[in-house]
Amino acid sequence: MTTATILTHLERLEAESIQILREVVAEADKPVMLYSVGKDSAVMLHLARKAFYPAPPPFPLLHVDTTWKFRDMYALRDRMAAESGMELLVYRNPDAEARGINPFDHGGLHTDLWKTEGLKQALDQYGFDAAFGGARRDEEKSRAKERVFSFRSANHRWDPKNQRPELWHLYNARKAKGESIRVFPISNWTELDIWQYIQAEDIPIVPLYFAAPRPTVERDGMLLMVDDDRFRLAPGEVPVDRSIRFRTLGCYPLTGAVESEATTLSQVIQEMLLTTTSERQGRAIDHDQAGSMEKKKQEGYF
Amino acid sequence: MGVSLTPDATSPLPLAGGAGGGPVYQSGRALVDTSSPSPSRKREGSYVTDALIASDIDAYLHSHAHKSLLRFITCGSVDDGKSTLIGRLLYDSKTIFEDQLEALEADSKRVGTQGQNIDFALLVDGLAAEREQGITIDVAYRFFSTEKRKFIVADTPGHEQYTRNMVTGASTADLAVILIDARKGVLTQTRRHSYLCHLIGIRHLVLAVNKMDLVGYDQPTYDAIVADYAAFAESIGIAAFTALPISGFAGDNITTLSPNTPWYAGPTLIEHLETVPLEVEAEQAKPFRMAVQWVNRPNLDFRGFAGMIASGRVAPGDKIRVLPSGRTSSIERIVTADGDLPHAVAGQSVTLTFADEIDCSRGDVIAAAGSPPQTADQFEATIVWMAEEPLLPGRALWLKSATRTVSATVQAPKHAVDVNTMAKLSVKTLGLNDIGVAEVYTDRDIAFEPYADGHDSINKELGGFILIDKITNATVAAGMINFALRRSQNVHWQAIDITREAHARIKGQNPKLLWFTGLSGSGKSTIANLVEKKLHALGRHSFLLDGDNIRHGLNKDLDFSDAGRIENIRRVGEVAKLMTDAGLIVLTAFISPFRVERALVRNMLPAGEFIEVFVDTPLDVAEARDVKGLYAKARSGTLKNFTGIDSPYEAPVTPEIRIDTTRESPEAAAERIVEHVMGVWSYDL
Repeated sequence: MTTATILTHLERLEAESIQILREVVAEADKPVMLYSVGKDSAVMLHLARKAFYPAPPPFPLLHVDTTWKFRDMYALRDRMAAESGMELLVYRNPDAEARGINPFDHGGLHTDLWKTEGLKQALDQYGFDAAFGGARRDEEKSRAKERVFSFRSANHRWDPKNQRPELWHLYNARKAKGESIRVFPISNWTELDIWQYIQAEDIPIVPLYFAAPRPTVERDGMLLMVDDDRFRLAPGEVPVDRSIRFRTLGCYPLTGAVESEATTLSQVIQEMLLTTTSERQGRAIDHDQAGSMEKKKQEGYF
Repeated sequence: MGVSLTPDATSPLPLAGGAGGGPVYQSGRALVDTSSPSPSRKREGSYVTDALIASDIDAYLHSHAHKSLLRFITCGSVDDGKSTLIGRLLYDSKTIFEDQLEALEADSKRVGTQGQNIDFALLVDGLAAEREQGITIDVAYRFFSTEKRKFIVADTPGHEQYTRNMVTGASTADLAVILIDARKGVLTQTRRHSYLCHLIGIRHLVLAVNKMDLVGYDQPTYDAIVADYAAFAESIGIAAFTALPISGFAGDNITTLSPNTPWYAGPTLIEHLETVPLEVEAEQAKPFRMAVQWVNRPNLDFRGFAGMIASGRVAPGDKIRVLPSGRTSSIERIVTADGDLPHAVAGQSVTLTFADEIDCSRGDVIAAAGSPPQTADQFEATIVWMAEEPLLPGRALWLKSATRTVSATVQAPKHAVDVNTMAKLSVKTLGLNDIGVAEVYTDRDIAFEPYADGHDSINKELGGFILIDKITNATVAAGMINFALRRSQNVHWQAIDITREAHARIKGQNPKLLWFTGLSGSGKSTIANLVEKKLHALGRHSFLLDGDNIRHGLNKDLDFSDAGRIENIRRVGEVAKLMTDAGLIVLTAFISPFRVERALVRNMLPAGEFIEVFVDTPLDVAEARDVKGLYAKARSGTLKNFTGIDSPYEAPVTPEIRIDTTRESPEAAAERIVEHVMGVWSYDL
């Protein structure tokens, strides 16, 4: 008898994610991958390229843009789309664009219109019936119970009480016309798994994850980076160069940086392991009362 | 790829023998534990991270790159301290960050049940509604890791009504931790959880006797509970389990041996979880099987079969057989983005190419040519019903097994199982959270393996299936194949020289099934009769199967319940199919109120042979005609389950032909049907 081959946890996670990606492509009519250019998206895209090799992934990438992402993110997005040979669809909510919705004047409305509404509009416009997302169960309490295949009604509502049981590796992807599924292939990955995999597989990520001197201002206890001249400085406020990096990336005026000297992946992982605050702490969106993410999800936020 | 396969020789895991060297209880008798107490009995105090992270991150990452993965489930009722234990595992493995800890401390004081102490349960109670109720009501997945392993914990509730959730969480688990409150001992729910874990095939059971702090760490109390459980475990066929005295609240014997239980020699819970053998490794010893998920054809030169290996190992040159077709070839390459592999094992997602061009598509199973799995279309299965709507025996459902989805029917259950007493109950159907044994018939052969093949072998991938409602698309049940029915294996399709094509040719026609559906009194029989007269006049060979006439003979044993109506249509469909095989143009006139059953018959026939004729007469018009006086009886209540009155009629959405009898005479309708059908046929006449 041949001796057993022991698969590492990353190999098991990779195999499971690839199985999910293939299952959706086999069963959905028109799948799409939501690509947010963050590290989780980077891993998800990498897994997709492995799942369908030597073919390119048989679905497009969709970036629901808010026009307020970091410049480095737009650069990597375009590079990865070209490298993967996949079609890149960029969607901007025309209503938000016309009304000039921005994070400075509109607060929560900025996320609602650009992201939540923008995503629904994009999925409806293209008629996608399955959308891959890079959410992980370890990110937030309400996500711990999210299924890998998460069903949305025709108006994109998520009903936590009415989700399908998922047994073994069997996923039920059947749905009525107009209904859609959000699929989370990296559900079972943790933040550490993501970083280890990025290191092991040498996956390109946005340079903002690494520390560098960048112009910043401090507001409400958050360090914000002044990424372009649209940033509205308060009277007397002067951007200060600090060595910073980001643990999570979103719209630049809403994403808090951490002061850091970590310039390599090992150092970034080291900081992550030694730090005492969770990843999502840098996101203004989660700072409402308990259960805020759950409410946003029911409304269709990814 | 940077992550490489670790050969067994360098594995840090002992793969055989008692896991972790701890006491293993085997059917009824506790083995005498001879190991001496560990010298390091200290309570881990402060919340500090691994020193190696700060001193040598690359060494730390290297050690963590070779972790394996264990999935386990925790079972216990609200009061057994399950959430507290999981919270403790997360806390002790430093998976909780400071901001979460601060929130936890604040929450503990506000809504906690532990006074001023940290209420770990609050860490894992996810959804807002549940938090208010103070109980978990669904499956939640938690993550933590140690240097040796990453763990995925399925946290499921212990309430009776949530069997569904427990079975779901258990389906992917290697191990189950069954929690017992030391003050209460083995309870009904302990037996229920153990039975469900055993049913779903979890071979590693941990009996965690919790809240030892509340019984003064009393050894006799612990021993009595373990002995009690051992007797029960043996009675339901659980071969072995590992028992531990713990306190999730106080942290005893979780990560370090507790000074409070000097009579217990270990292992700690974490040690046991770190060393127990993994299912995925046991799978490698079995013959090779892989269900095809997707055929990869980027160009004419490449045709690869993508899937996750269910069991065994595979290497280029291996002889394989594709099921159910039985065609054989050999493996040419194992293709991955990181280059071709010299071999691959259970648990890996790969793409295989064959040496020969043979038919193989999604749903097929690629297996070792010398020891392929069986194929069959009739099974006995154990079914866990998961939907509010009860099982309707005979109703067609989708059955998904591995990557194959087929149409299937579940027959009336042979019995259900009382999950509290394991007694067999006589039942007519299965409701939410019921577990029962029933025969399942699929509309074509599938490759399968019995789910539980003796104690040592569980075939989850080819033995487990889900059932899906064809209308709502909900997952209504999970099933485990027990065995194929012998009649399915021994009744082979007899090859007949005079084929259906030959039968049709001699009659100079193509067989068709004209399926008339509509309310009672809508005019189905009248129109069908006219159509047949016209066909007969044209020299066509036809036969009219009439609902009332069939119920006088072949179907006289059936009533008008939903189950009776479903079986009525199934039999008519089978008879009509035989008649089309004989080359006939068959006309049927049945109310056939349910969409699924009409679809079932449609699927029995080759594409294009089934023509649905919807005789669309509004209820008030049909009722006004009331040729047979049935509507009057139904309205007065003397006739039950009458379609349109107290039983639904599901109108066809896209029938091939729709007849509006309020605008078209029967004669004109019959003429139109014949024209439609003859038009379809005329090209080959």
